[in-house]
Amino acid sequence: MTVKSDRTSLLLLLLRLRTFVALILVFAFFSYAAPNFLSTANAVIVSKHVALNALLAIGMTFVIITGGIDLSVGSIVGLCGMVAGWLMLNGVDLGIGYTVWFNTIEIVGIVALVGVLVGAANGLLITKMGVAPFIATLGTLYIARGAALLSSGGRTFPNLTGSAEFGTKSFPFIGTGTILGLPMMIWILIVVGLAAHYLSRRTTLGRHIYAVGGNERGAALSGVKVNRIKMFVYMFSGFCAALVGIVIASQLQASHPATGETFELNAIAAAVLGGTSMAGGRGRIAGTIVGAFVIGILSDGLIMMGVSSFWQTVIKGVVIITAVVIDQAQSKLQARVALQQEAAINK
Amino acid sequence: MTVAHPVGLTIRGGVKVYPGTRALKGVDFDLHMGAVNVLVGENGAGKSTLMKVIAGVESLTEGTLAMEGVVHNFRSKSDAVDHGIGIVFQELNLFPNLTVAENIFIAREPTRFGIDVDARAQTDAARALMKRLEQDIDPDAPLGTLRIGQQQVVEIAKALAQNAKILILDEPTSALSATEVEVLFRVINDLRAEGVGIVYISHRLEELIRIGDYITVLRDGVITGAQSMQGVDIPWIVRAMIGEGSKEFPRTEVANYGEEVFRASDICLPRLGGGFTVDHVSLSVRAGEILGLYGLMGAGRTEFLECIMAQHPLSSGQFFIAGKPLTEKDVTGRIARGLALIPEDRKRDGLVQIMSIRENITLSALDQFARLFHLDLRAELAGAADFIKRLTIKVASPENPVSSLSGGNQQKVVIGKALMTNPKILLMDEPSRGIDIGAKAEVFRTMRKLAASGLAILFVTSDLDEVLALSDRILVMADGRLTGEFSPSAGHAAVISAASRHKSKEVAA
Repeated sequence: MTVKSDRTSLLLLLLRLRTFVALILVFAFFSYAAPNFLSTANAVIVSKHVALNALLAIGMTFVIITGGIDLSVGSIVGLCGMVAGWLMLNGVDLGIGYTVWFNTIEIVGIVALVGVLVGAANGLLITKMGVAPFIATLGTLYIARGAALLSSGGRTFPNLTGSAEFGTKSFPFIGTGTILGLPMMIWILIVVGLAAHYLSRRTTLGRHIYAVGGNERGAALSGVKVNRIKMFVYMFSGFCAALVGIVIASQLQASHPATGETFELNAIAAAVLGGTSMAGGRGRIAGTIVGAFVIGILSDGLIMMGVSSFWQTVIKGVVIITAVVIDQAQSKLQARVALQQEAAINK
Repeated sequence: MTVAHPVGLTIRGGVKVYPGTRALKGVDFDLHMGAVNVLVGENGAGKSTLMKVIAGVESLTEGTLAMEGVVHNFRSKSDAVDHGIGIVFQELNLFPNLTVAENIFIAREPTRFGIDVDARAQTDAARALMKRLEQDIDPDAPLGTLRIGQQQVVEIAKALAQNAKILILDEPTSALSATEVEVLFRVINDLRAEGVGIVYISHRLEELIRIGDYITVLRDGVITGAQSMQGVDIPWIVRAMIGEGSKEFPRTEVANYGEEVFRASDICLPRLGGGFTVDHVSLSVRAGEILGLYGLMGAGRTEFLECIMAQHPLSSGQFFIAGKPLTEKDVTGRIARGLALIPEDRKRDGLVQIMSIRENITLSALDQFARLFHLDLRAELAGAADFIKRLTIKVASPENPVSSLSGGNQQKVVIGKALMTNPKILLMDEPSRGIDIGAKAEVFRTMRKLAASGLAILFVTSDLDEVLALSDRILVMADGRLTGEFSPSAGHAAVISAASRHKSKEVAA
């Protein structure tokens, strides 16, 4: 009996850490199969690729935990990059022959605000107008993308190298600089990731996010302000997307209106791979970040092995579906174990 | 009379066992054709089980069901339908987005070559049915645009379209207005004249006497009265329903109430299509008092509690807590003023099933464990553990999902969640629903203890014994209105007849 239950709990532990196990497996595989995979330089490159998707996926995780979805993040990335480029190249013409210019910090603030406002629009559509999250964010996906294209007539804003005169010399640092040897974007991921993890586990707001996703009606009757919670998650998701938009514009020192297309799908994939339930109520920030790493290592490793990118796409799909199938098995097992424990107590 | 009404279906020695309970204990039932067979009994007496057996939804554990001498064992509802048995459930099974004709022929659409739906044949057949039922309903109208009473007629038409010889109506009038009841009764009279055997379940006793030809009374899974309607009056039905030696519940505690803590004044909730679901209800509760609100299904009790918890923006009237008006417009604000609701449907409204026991208990009172926004998880766990102990909730670990608990323990978690907000008034909707006898007694003891400690409790129930045993004062609600006030020493009969008072009857009388 104890042997069996020990085995069950070991299995349960493995299943619970499945994303992490998957990470170790892909890591071990590519270390063996792809020469040069296991180098510091490569680790930094992979991390940089992963960081952007992980940032989007963190925002997406909160949205999915409430039972929603945010399809607009990729477009917000594009729009925010364009806003940054516009502010640097054109400033804001006040129409009285006077143009306001902003320094790097102000630009970051304004762009972040734009992301939060698009998220707020999503939130208002969903809470006040009763539009389904899928539809509301599909709409803003198109609107934000269209706005990005309109801002430049479809052209790229080039040479965002910054100027000393306006205090934007530091702009390229966001995407290309390093602190203590680590790229800036990794630091951003660490800060946002830790904050989001803390928020999800140790705050009232975090608990309410889970409650809304687990049982919206029940949460409302318990005094949770459901609409406020929903507004927050979409605004936070927009904020994460804005950060990604700035980082990319700074990294390329140019902003292109098509930047970020299909990013939303990768973000959803990372969240789901990390154990976030599309039905709402379940998911962890740490899981999402590990999920983003699995996807990132997988695609970079396959490139280094020289596998065709067409096959990479197929493999990514297989991994996501496998993850969800295992997820189902885990939930069932976990529920059964808990039921047995409680039944034993009541005997 | 028996000659005129041949028996179309018989049950002999019918026993139905569910895990833990015997819902039917050796029931003999005759269903007369061309007549209205009325079935009555308290909640949980076994009416629904008996009807589900006839309709093929459930099958008997022991005993036989025979039609015209042939024994049947229906394996499914469609099996029963094939034998000419139709049932109209209290909750209508219709599709508001489809037309009347499409609803009537759902899953049995007339087709050409088995593919193409013959819409005209469908519409014509539906029109013919509506004519037979003397209803002016357009077969092409979307069902959602009809009034509830008309929808009920569509459901009856659906049964008739399947050549129902036996038609079971489960509480058909609970959602109908007085005029709609008249329409339904005309339809029933016509069907009776056509030789259809009708089984009619209702809590409204006057209605039963008016429409019924035969009556069967169930109590605790046993038939306590079965005869033709001649000579039957309301006192006879009530006696059969609750038995002669109705149980007495001596009260041990001498009540010592405090000030009035809660008052509702003139609460109204309009009903779609006219009338009121909650009809000018006023009441007050004092500290330490348990006020029982008794009423049958659809009386508006749950809706009244929901009005108190700000779930119905269309409701009107005013609430007062300790004399001060309740102006808060959302649940959070009302909880902060000292109200707490324990909803009827634990699964849907009371708990977040996938969250842990701890997280459920503290959900309404998280702020107690938060400094600014930082949650002190250790204090939270201690708080949850405290309530688990105080309410003697049996759990292996507070971290297990709440869904792994038994019904009684889940209910205690809901109670714990409500108590953690330090309420002044506890609103409980059917607090004993879906939990076993032992847990029930414990929940009741808990309620007594809470009241003794000065909490005001307003609880809603459709269980007569429960309301008489538990309340310091009883209010009866019927059809949205308060129809009586009783002390706990009142007789069963008086309370039941107050609860069965129906507006249409009063207008007629």
